[in-house]
Amino acid sequence: MSDESGPDQGRRHALECMLWAGSGLLWSVAGGVPRASLIGAAQAQPAAFTFAHISDTHLGFNITPNPEPAKTLQQSLDLVKGFRPSLMLHTGDVTHLSRPGQFDLAAQMIGATGIETHYAPGEHDVVDEGGKAFFERFPQGARTGGFTSFDAGGVHFVGLNNVQDLQPGKMGMLGAQQLHMLEQDLKVRSASTPIVVFAHIPLWVVYQAWGWGTEEAPQVLAMLARFGSVTVLNGHIHQTMQKVEGHVAFHTGMSTAFPQPAPGSRPAPGPMRDVPADQVKRMLGVNRVTLVRAGAPLGVVTTPLEG
Amino acid sequence: MDNTTLNRRRALAGGVALLGAGPAGAEAAAAVSVNFHAFAPPLLRVAVGTTVTWTNEDDTPHNIVSTAEPRAFRSGVLDTGESFAFRFATPGTHGYYCSLHPTMQGSIVVG
Repeated sequence: MSDESGPDQGRRHALECMLWAGSGLLWSVAGGVPRASLIGAAQAQPAAFTFAHISDTHLGFNITPNPEPAKTLQQSLDLVKGFRPSLMLHTGDVTHLSRPGQFDLAAQMIGATGIETHYAPGEHDVVDEGGKAFFERFPQGARTGGFTSFDAGGVHFVGLNNVQDLQPGKMGMLGAQQLHMLEQDLKVRSASTPIVVFAHIPLWVVYQAWGWGTEEAPQVLAMLARFGSVTVLNGHIHQTMQKVEGHVAFHTGMSTAFPQPAPGSRPAPGPMRDVPADQVKRMLGVNRVTLVRAGAPLGVVTTPLEG
Repeated sequence: MDNTTLNRRRALAGGVALLGAGPAGAEAAAAVSVNFHAFAPPLLRVAVGTTVTWTNEDDTPHNIVSTAEPRAFRSGVLDTGESFAFRFATPGTHGYYCSLHPTMQGSIVVG
């Protein structure tokens, strides 16, 4: 993609990342400005490698606007199965309250899909006993503070934990150990390897007043700067948001359980309790992520449960 | 993980102290409401020996974690309607926060 960047386009001109809202329009985001066009070439290209991204399943949530999040999780998993993904990422808040029964139900429902799934913990998953219940069930990263990495489909995946031992007044934190592991892990990859980084809290500052960001994001971005294709997938904010910085495309996923308000649009970031029951599924959904071609950014398509 | 386990032990020890503290029957009590992603009041002044009870009235889970190192107290996660109590036996300013939403901060000024 670097050959497409003219000298006049500056660092914010980006590899285009695609958000395709499921309704026949292709969204391209360049320099942070989304624009829509009819689906064309991108759709026609064969998908070499596809994976799914789900987030914020919050099993145990039991109030409006969605008192039965297990039902909307099942709908989400049925959607995902339709994509025939090679694997699935879950960017955390598997449970609402870290209760064993909530973890067991999630593991059972997600396991029943037969799709290899990799988890990053959310703060709701590790709130008690240092995340014992989470790491017992999803042991990848249990001995590394949550850090995990693997290769699939020609893509290098890195999972991070930015929700452990959050400090007063601070946003998400990775800590020195994970930063070191990330540095060591990336050091041996070639710059042409597509990189996917996944973590719960956004790895850029979405809204500091609500803690929606990660303290060490600048260090992480610096480590990723030399790679031609970087896709960062997060959850936590229960809504889709995209940003492109250099060759790094950031995306957040919808929750499968309940929506949260746009940054600063309400006094507090809690669940949007007043969304009518017949509207809520438009605000819940999953992501399909596709490596369209080598060297290009991964295409991210958000599919809501309805609408 | 060890650290958190220790914190929980300390919180439990606090609870045990609370149960065994009331032979005179005159222990003071005070309350903090947790709602709208905030503590109310954010600063509470109490006498030495007061038991403070936090109740989560919000539609989001929260917890109550001392900002002291090591943590002087730490609740488990509190769902809507759940409470946590801690008896403050030492004078001074005791800061706390919600480790799920660390922008939520408060303090108990004792004595």
